[in-house]
Amino acid sequence: MTEDFEPRVVGFLCNWCSYAGADLAGTSRIQYPPNIRVIRVMCSGSVDSMYVNRAILEGADAVLIGGCHLGDCHYLNGNYKARRRMVLLKNILTTLGMEPERIWVRWISASEGQRFADTVKEIVDETKKLGPNPMRARWDV
Amino acid sequence: MSDKGIIGAVAVVGGGIAGVQSSLDLADMGFKVYLIEKGPSIGGIMAQLDKTFPTNDCSMCILSPKLVDASRHPNIEIMSLSEVTGVSGEPGNFKVSVHKKARYVDIEKCTSCGECERVCPIKLPNEFEGGLSMRKAAYKAYPQAIPNAFVIDKEGSPGYKGCINCMACVKACKPGAVNHDQKHEDIELDVGAVILAMGAQPFDPSVKREFGYGRYRNVVTSLEFERILSASGPYQGHIKRPGDGAGPKRIAWVQCVGSRDRTVDHEYCSAMCCMYTAKEAVIAKEHEKTIEPTIFYIDVRSYGKDFDRYIERAKVEHGIRYVRSRISEIDELKENGDLLIRYEDENGDLHEETYDMVVLSIGLCMNEGRTKALRDLGLDVNEYGFALSHQKDPVALVRPGIFMAGSFMEPQAIPEAVMQASAAAASAAALLREARGTLATPRKEYPERDVSTEDPRIGIFVCHCGINIGNQVDVPSVVEYARGLKNVVYADENMYTCSEDTQKKIASVIKENRLNRVIVAACTPRTHEPLFKKSLSEAGLNPHLLEMTNIREHCSWVHSDKGLATDKARDLISMTVAKSRMLESIPVLKVDVTQKALVIGGGAAGMVAALSLSDQGYETLLVEKKDRLGGRLNDLRFTVEGIEPADMLKDLIGRIEMNPNLKVMTGSTLMDLSGYVGNYEATIETPDGPVKEKVGAIIITVGADEHVPTTFGYGSDPRIVTQSRMEEDLSKTPPGGISDGETFVFLQCVESRQEGREYCSRTCCMGALKNAIRIKDINPHAEVYILYRDLMTYGFWERFYKKAREQGVVFLQYVPERMPSVKLGDRILVKVNDPLMGEDIPIQADHLVLSSGMVPDPGNDHLAKMLKVPLNQDGFFLEAHVKLRPVDFSTRGVFLAGSCHLPKFLGEAIYQAQAAAARAATILANSTLEAEPNIAVVDEDLCSGCKTCISLCPYTAIDSVIEVKDGFEVVHARVNEGLCQGCGTCVAACPSGAISQRGFKDDQILAMIKALSTCSPGGGE
Repeated sequence: MTEDFEPRVVGFLCNWCSYAGADLAGTSRIQYPPNIRVIRVMCSGSVDSMYVNRAILEGADAVLIGGCHLGDCHYLNGNYKARRRMVLLKNILTTLGMEPERIWVRWISASEGQRFADTVKEIVDETKKLGPNPMRARWDV
Repeated sequence: MSDKGIIGAVAVVGGGIAGVQSSLDLADMGFKVYLIEKGPSIGGIMAQLDKTFPTNDCSMCILSPKLVDASRHPNIEIMSLSEVTGVSGEPGNFKVSVHKKARYVDIEKCTSCGECERVCPIKLPNEFEGGLSMRKAAYKAYPQAIPNAFVIDKEGSPGYKGCINCMACVKACKPGAVNHDQKHEDIELDVGAVILAMGAQPFDPSVKREFGYGRYRNVVTSLEFERILSASGPYQGHIKRPGDGAGPKRIAWVQCVGSRDRTVDHEYCSAMCCMYTAKEAVIAKEHEKTIEPTIFYIDVRSYGKDFDRYIERAKVEHGIRYVRSRISEIDELKENGDLLIRYEDENGDLHEETYDMVVLSIGLCMNEGRTKALRDLGLDVNEYGFALSHQKDPVALVRPGIFMAGSFMEPQAIPEAVMQASAAAASAAALLREARGTLATPRKEYPERDVSTEDPRIGIFVCHCGINIGNQVDVPSVVEYARGLKNVVYADENMYTCSEDTQKKIASVIKENRLNRVIVAACTPRTHEPLFKKSLSEAGLNPHLLEMTNIREHCSWVHSDKGLATDKARDLISMTVAKSRMLESIPVLKVDVTQKALVIGGGAAGMVAALSLSDQGYETLLVEKKDRLGGRLNDLRFTVEGIEPADMLKDLIGRIEMNPNLKVMTGSTLMDLSGYVGNYEATIETPDGPVKEKVGAIIITVGADEHVPTTFGYGSDPRIVTQSRMEEDLSKTPPGGISDGETFVFLQCVESRQEGREYCSRTCCMGALKNAIRIKDINPHAEVYILYRDLMTYGFWERFYKKAREQGVVFLQYVPERMPSVKLGDRILVKVNDPLMGEDIPIQADHLVLSSGMVPDPGNDHLAKMLKVPLNQDGFFLEAHVKLRPVDFSTRGVFLAGSCHLPKFLGEAIYQAQAAAARAATILANSTLEAEPNIAVVDEDLCSGCKTCISLCPYTAIDSVIEVKDGFEVVHARVNEGLCQGCGTCVAACPSGAISQRGFKDDQILAMIKALSTCSPGGGE
């Protein structure tokens, strides 16, 4: 792990809460590391495990799945489904000897710009400790 | 014109935010609208603002889409440079005379290129920039101005002459739009109703000579300061003082300039200045951390939703210094232009401080022109020259068929103006119901080019957003990068991609380059996507071939390193191009609308909303959980503004009973709700058992309740009561029923505006004043004390503050750190700390009245979950946007009004209820609506019929069907297009990959992920 390792983070954010929270971080001008690339989805419940796997295989150092707070899902309960799916995925990754801690599930509401910014900071800091995604290293060979 | 001579058109006078909102609502309901604006462009004062409180939204960013909508609406005709000279006729059939001044530029031909401005030799002070910069005689007020055309000023302004007819602009204008021979015109319009929304005038502080405005260069008005803050303003958003261009460090704001001021006959409060002052100080501090703002104030009137929290943040987080003092005079130091302020603080000590710059927080007032216009129309004006409004129906004027909205009736902030605007639209729509749709132009259906067989041809529009993006992201290099991406045939940059001329440019670029995909790299799709989608439609492309990427909120605004922000913008565009290649056209699906409304809550707001809807011709169901209608109107005994609550209630109930469109269900509650906009099925528990009703729109008006205090001995002593109990007692007290010297103490903000309940209930100060005035009316020799923190008598309520003072009511201010104390004995000993004397003042009281404020209904939580709408942290319903969508929710088809939104006065609840009815009517006026485009679709060949999706769908939108194919029975899933809300849960769960979500297909998302692997990490390439 080198000092100048800058993780690349993929964020799947639901349209109604987390994406809006990221928007609010913007309108509030709350600064956070530029390492995240956001993919807007309608609901965290629509995030297929395959998307997360593919992001990791393509070399993402961390993946964030952002949804509404439990109970606040715009589509009633999509975030519960996301939660269950991601727990399962983490188990499978563990079984395969991969690093489940690269997957982050966070509930961020439309009014939590600060929480979004803090979350990105936290992911970047933690991922720096973890080092680059070994999948990426594999590609570099 | 309908058979009865009712004309389905409305003249809306005034193109500020109120006029624009009225116009949009009426146009969406199917009325023809003439939007008449005196100036060359619409937008009003809101267009000049930098940000809006309490969310610090960029004002232009939220206003501009509305202005563009108004300019594009087929039912709205914008008449700029026009003034109403007379109104004759009767309700339903008016003739409005309009004097339309020549623009000397043909709006149709003008491309807004600005060549005329470039060559024009004449310079005048720029009014839009508060005179802080100059403009030409050929000019456009601001970049996003609507109508989007230049204008030639031949009149000039005081001390400056206008156009000299040099004709340089004629030669320079390539499209031949400039025409100096244009003549003024007098036009007569046939309309059924008129809405007056002419706004009010910012106070001119030069008449207050003691502040030196106009003489001291570094004293500016708050409106001028908005322009100084604005990135597109005279100093490009760099805070400078006008005198010498130096960056000020110490800035003072002086509040209540031209408001609450007897010397200029403005004894009212201008209602919005406390909040915009805090906002300006916070934003200034955000621009330059070294700035030290000080605010000189009398009361901080933070009476709106989340206002108290905003002020608290300003003080604590941003370190804004608040000094309670009224400034008597400002002196300029000749040597450096600094300003000397002498003031007396709360302890009576005198101070002298110098500031680099002073901002005068000016209020709003009427000018003679507006007041005269009112009188000419035969309308009453109040003592301040504003249109006379009655709390019973605030937006109605004495002349039937004429309605009003906005600051024209009372100084106020944006959401109130927007609500009144919608309310006026509802009232006009009720009057003209028979003629609805008779003069409307149906929305254009644009022929769509079939692009399914074409290879992707992507066009990218990268926005500078003034300097919002351009300062932080190297836009030209991003454009260069975008041009190099596969399938990209066009990429260019724009100053404001949302402006109307860019929409025209997008359309022509699509045609010239035969684009079949469009990417806008700008701000968030959550606000601007509809605008650009419309532009695609108009250019013959399916709107879903648009993809936006957010390089402002998610990039330029949050990353201070320009290199890294530019890298990120490139990556985001690269990902978006990858998705864009895979985009497909999505067909328009229409669903039928049940043209019937459900109103939940039968208080004043609910009754008015239901009546407004049924008067507009929609069947309406009013559900009230108690066994009688009226809500808190039942507890209201008297008002200061002359309404008899009991009479009003009787009148409303009478009108409800007479109305054949309106059905009331008392003792009933909503038990269950299914469906979606236009097609809800509500299950209502009634005394006779559950009833199912189909409705198209829902309005929540469940109100709020008075908080039951737990402190100050409440409940332990009958002499300690709440405001409403005091009101009830006073209503029964006959003249002479109060003895001389009998002492009443009103304690404000009890268990309110403090931790646990951090909001102001808006109405309690007036509640105390109302009761205090009644006591003094009953016996002038009674003693009345009001112990308050900030007296929230905003707007014209201020007159009752004055009246109470004149009657001898004693006002004592306390600070929350030193709460008054209460000791019970023969009498009630109330001690309040007096900051002036620095010691406690003891008051021996006979009655202690606690202003405990309002609390939301505990049932809100359940209702919010059932209707899938949000509550704020205090438990009140949270609207879609605090400024511009004050009665809407993000969930289409559900609206709100009254005290469930936040505690409010009767008059406010009434116009908000009418506003909610107007917004609901924009849905109910249609027999069909377009369904959600991003729904799930099943590939029947891939579907194995496992039914996993069916159990997961939260809307029961999927069922399974059995079909016979090639002699075999096959089971597959089927999506109900009307029920599917497009969450995509089923897509992620489908083990066969048979379901996909339109607009978010697997291959589209995976392409974005794939593109990422070629992207730069945070550290650049």
